[in-house]
Amino acid sequence: MFLTETDLEAIALTLRLASVTTLILFAVGTPIAWWLARTHSRWKGPVGALVALPLVLPPSVLGFYLLVTMGPNGPVGAVTEALGIGLLPFTFWGLVVGSVFYSLPFMVQPVQNAFEAIGERPLEAAATLRASPMDRFFSVALPLSLPGFVTAGILTFAHTVGEFGVVLMIGGNIPGLTRVASVQIYDYVEALEYGNAHRLAAVLLVFSFLVLLVLYAWRPDRKRA
Amino acid sequence: MKRAPSPSSGEPGGRADLRPDSRPDVQSDVQSDVQSDVQSDVQPGIQARVRIQWPGFSLDVDERLPARGVTALFGHSGSGKTTLLRCIAGLEHAAEGRIQFNGEVWQDAETWVPTHRRPIGYVFQEASLFPHLTVLGNLRYGQKRSQRNAAAQDQRQARFSLEHAIELLGIGHLLKRRPTALSGGERQRVSIARALAVNPRLLLMDEPLAALDLARKQEILPYLERLHDDLAIPVLYVSHAPDEVARLADHLVTMDGGRVQASGPINEVLSRLDLPIRLGEDAGVVLDGEVAERDERWHLLRIACCSTSLWVRDSGAAIGDHARIRILARDVSIAHQPSRGTSILNSLPARVLSLGEDAHPALALVKLDVAGNPVLARLTRRSAEELGLAPAQSVWIQIKAVALL
Repeated sequence: MFLTETDLEAIALTLRLASVTTLILFAVGTPIAWWLARTHSRWKGPVGALVALPLVLPPSVLGFYLLVTMGPNGPVGAVTEALGIGLLPFTFWGLVVGSVFYSLPFMVQPVQNAFEAIGERPLEAAATLRASPMDRFFSVALPLSLPGFVTAGILTFAHTVGEFGVVLMIGGNIPGLTRVASVQIYDYVEALEYGNAHRLAAVLLVFSFLVLLVLYAWRPDRKRA
Repeated sequence: MKRAPSPSSGEPGGRADLRPDSRPDVQSDVQSDVQSDVQSDVQPGIQARVRIQWPGFSLDVDERLPARGVTALFGHSGSGKTTLLRCIAGLEHAAEGRIQFNGEVWQDAETWVPTHRRPIGYVFQEASLFPHLTVLGNLRYGQKRSQRNAAAQDQRQARFSLEHAIELLGIGHLLKRRPTALSGGERQRVSIARALAVNPRLLLMDEPLAALDLARKQEILPYLERLHDDLAIPVLYVSHAPDEVARLADHLVTMDGGRVQASGPINEVLSRLDLPIRLGEDAGVVLDGEVAERDERWHLLRIACCSTSLWVRDSGAAIGDHARIRILARDVSIAHQPSRGTSILNSLPARVLSLGEDAHPALALVKLDVAGNPVLARLTRRSAEELGLAPAQSVWIQIKAVALL
């Protein structure tokens, strides 16, 4: 077998984490992107900066704050314990929360750009054609920004697959639970098992390249718009 | 919206269509009879009071626009005409405003009817079709939604509207295409049909021809004229092109710097001596009449209007067709006697109404009465002086060119 049992387990966990994170971010990121694309509020700048923060922040910093907030003495930790969910750090859902923050800009920014590129006009036209604001969003804004959503989904998924620092901080290294592929590679290198590290690293490398290849080669209907 | 029947012959200050027989006194200085309407609320028509103050732009309008026919909002860019139209559509929310349509309040201090609940059709300068839908999809987009809200009876009419709109704009062969596969002219025709398919009670058009080249314009104008003759709803038509206005409008509102300069039936406004200065070369009047006779030999048509006749080039129009003709001030000359030995076909008796200044100090504008209709003539001041022109004087005018619109 090319990859070991634990490798496959780590990859499966990684894919699961990336899928769940991407789905959640479609739901969470879209309204944020819509608001950022259309608001004239003075909060646009600060919110935009906050969303972009994970791009520049060391993942360990983000992970550290999340660990503290979700921990037994943190405000979020107190809430989750009161709700009977228990504490999130060192669980799969803790990783999901971390990934959602970590990959937020990769969802919000392409979608926001797509919304901005539509401009006011098609939405105004829809309004004069009796479409309510919600209707305009689903029947005009969404279809017209579909390429942006595809880009955002792919980037978010790939970026979550490549996540390491945040996972290490709030997920630890629990096999089958929080040990994702990137952490597995780290373990191999720590243990000086370079052969194993090579194999898994190669899988991630090829995966990342293929994802980006798809992204750059795929330009649907650009001419149409 | 047939041009003809004047709503009221007796009503003082009524917004009567221009008809030779129903015209009262041409000499009375034409003031906006619209503004003199004191009573508001229940009268049909659009009442728009809008005040906007933006950096570098202000709009201050209080106008009542007629409930029938085509009303052109005319002015240069930045005059506020488009903003006024957008306020009426609800696309712009003026902090201070009152918009009322046939007694229905769309905006005042307490009320705000959002755009999608106003019974309007809107045509943008660029076609603004949805690129992800076919032509039919675009047409159905508004039609479906307007039907959903309409009563059963209106629904039948709405279905008629879609087919009627497709037929009227001649786009039946384009229905399966994508907007990107259309020419600019076709796209704008589709967008006009799309606005009609919602079965609007008021059609708003924001310079629908401005983004098109001359050939495309010529392609669409006949459709707009059909619209004019076929539709029973009022149309507000924003434009900065005098030729479009001359062709289409029944009522004219001219705007400058966010304010209304003049408002009234098209010929009253066009023949005001203070406005043509701003129109420059395009100063002139339009007259409505009908095709009375065809001269096969010389390929001419006789247009009966203003209880007289004018000869124009044969455009192929049928006898009895409604005909609108345009006479530019620069094409009208004045003489004391009916002239002989001239190449000019159209020579008519007229009476001088008033004289005014023109843009250039060498030129003068003369307002004349031709069988009850105002006509403008542009002469040099020297000629006016030599002819000794004065109000009430009887003269002959020669019209070098008459354009059948």
